[in-house]
Amino acid sequence: MNELLIHLLKIAGVIGVMLGIVAYTVLAERWVCAWMQDRIGPNRVGPFGILQPLADGLKFIFKEDVLPRHVRHKFYFTVAPMITMVPALITVAVVPWGSYLPVLGHNIKGVIADLDVGILFIFAIASLGVYGIVLAGWSSNSKYPFLGGIRSSAQMISYEVCLGLSVVPVFMQAGTLNLWNVVLYQAEHTWLVWCQPLSFVIFMVSAFAETNRTPFDLPEAEQELVGGYHTEYSSMKFAMFFLGEYANMFVASALMATLFFGGWSLPVAPLNAPATTLAVGLAHVGVFLAKTLFFLFVFIWVRWTLPRFRYDQLMTLGWKVFVPLTIVNILVSSVVLAVMENG
Amino acid sequence: MTDAYNVQYLFVAVFLGVAIVFPLAPLVIARLLAPRRPTPVKTDVYECGVEAKGDAWVQFRVGYYVYALVYVIFAVEAVFLYPWAVAFTGLSVGAVIAMLIFVLLLVEGLAYAWMKGALDWK
Repeated sequence: MNELLIHLLKIAGVIGVMLGIVAYTVLAERWVCAWMQDRIGPNRVGPFGILQPLADGLKFIFKEDVLPRHVRHKFYFTVAPMITMVPALITVAVVPWGSYLPVLGHNIKGVIADLDVGILFIFAIASLGVYGIVLAGWSSNSKYPFLGGIRSSAQMISYEVCLGLSVVPVFMQAGTLNLWNVVLYQAEHTWLVWCQPLSFVIFMVSAFAETNRTPFDLPEAEQELVGGYHTEYSSMKFAMFFLGEYANMFVASALMATLFFGGWSLPVAPLNAPATTLAVGLAHVGVFLAKTLFFLFVFIWVRWTLPRFRYDQLMTLGWKVFVPLTIVNILVSSVVLAVMENG
Repeated sequence: MTDAYNVQYLFVAVFLGVAIVFPLAPLVIARLLAPRRPTPVKTDVYECGVEAKGDAWVQFRVGYYVYALVYVIFAVEAVFLYPWAVAFTGLSVGAVIAMLIFVLLLVEGLAYAWMKGALDWK
């Protein structure tokens, strides 16, 4: 019973912290973009504007939810925003937030579901997110959303291939798909970004494409498609798409930190091994969150720096550059690892 | 008890429940609190410039299907590659070479699609 309670608390903590970060990433994005464009940014709601997410949330709740009359399948129209949000939340269950938290005689593992198929679980669930966008575009029964949804499905499945193949060398080296053990491997040896830099670059760029962020935000390219798949959405349903995008960014950032930058570990004395005291356990969670926040900042930084790709450039980059490169990376890694092992 | 493998999926199930309730709750609350005053103009198709004519569910270019087909091949390949990658450090040379041949066969598929122009966006 006690065990179950601990796990429920863990789930509540993870969901709470994650949603807090997601809400404040929206605000951080506005601050960072204001700073980069030499503007002031939101500063009216609360001190320095820190209550802005609360104000936005209330506004979304009280806004009229317009259901366009050309929508023929109201069920799919309503369910689509949820489908973009749910996979992002579920995938966090297998991401290790820390090593152990020794509290009151319990040694709590810093991950909700310690699955041995970790990364496969993430790819399987995350790929469901594309259904939300396709359903939104299709059920809107309007031309801009339809084009946005169709574009998005082609883009997301293309970069999913790159994403899936790019991390294979990482698991060849770590010898496990369990993300907690991948972090342990990095704590004992070295961060995998030093061994697999090409994997990391391809993974990061593909993650940008998967989360529909600039320079790959073609599904919602506002100059051509108005708002893309969410053109016909308003009020809370629109907010769901918006939050879903930021939740996906959080997952992508957490994965980059976990797979390539040692997750909860740092290469200094007490932080490079699983925690035996509560202080070190909490420090591990802090290290993980700091790395994740750094990558969230990179997402924002890139968005306000780079212009959007053309569609043919996007597809060429995915299929003609990244897919061949990932395969070469797998072949070279397998040969190098085999030689190092046997000779 | 919590070390048992299947129990981990119980946590995933609990997490799934929480993850579904979270987006559902604001939608329900907004449904109860938000005003609803639809007018013909408000519920019309979004337009930007000229009004859109005809149905939105139209034929779209076949290129999208080709990408989907190539995707299926490589998604399946990735699923086969993961178990091989995990077991890699303990594999014999023969097993490694067998897998490399499998990968090369799929590369041939990519090369074929490439030469057929399936990957070109015209």
